[in-house]
Amino acid sequence: MSYAAAILMIAGSLFCMLAALGLIRFPDLYTRLHAAAKAGPIGSGLILLGAGVASGDAFTLLRAALGLVFLVLTTPIAAHLLARAAMRARAPAASIASIDEFENSSDPVPVQTPGQLSR
Amino acid sequence: MIEIASDISFALLGVGVALTLWRLVRGPHLADRVLALDMLTMLGIGVIATFAVRTATSLYIDIAITLALLGFVATAAFARFLLERRAE
Repeated sequence: MSYAAAILMIAGSLFCMLAALGLIRFPDLYTRLHAAAKAGPIGSGLILLGAGVASGDAFTLLRAALGLVFLVLTTPIAAHLLARAAMRARAPAASIASIDEFENSSDPVPVQTPGQLSR
Repeated sequence: MIEIASDISFALLGVGVALTLWRLVRGPHLADRVLALDMLTMLGIGVIATFAVRTATSLYIDIAITLALLGFVATAAFARFLLERRAE
């Protein structure tokens, strides 16, 4: 039990560290989102699961697993919202990016903001 | 055994926090900084969970879950702020 918890925790913190490394090394926002939104929740989720296993209590393990499920559900949504907002604010892409399908449109991603809805 | 594992976890998470803070300072776009803050929240969850193992207090896991909730809401609000800012 203790070994499983140790392996989960070290694997999780390794994922977290590599996600942060991706945040530094990748050339633009859109590629950085890949690193942070995939490796990040898995890393911290694995550490949570390791903490649950280490406690040796079934209820604590359930809570930790629920935390992992919540992270895996919400982080892609947050990343998608952020990518959409950045695309709309014309965040620059790296020079190696080959296709920009919104290059010639005046409004890259049409959205209704709450302000527009109330008007 | 578990002490050594939590020490290694703390060290790796510390490196991750340092790298993420570098991205937070450098930017260059505001969305990069928001992404760095989101990553910092996830690293915080990892640190709190590791602390829960180190102190053998399962209550810290609840705090980590709450931080996950808060991080999602914060990122969603920042994304909405980015959208609104462009609309003006």
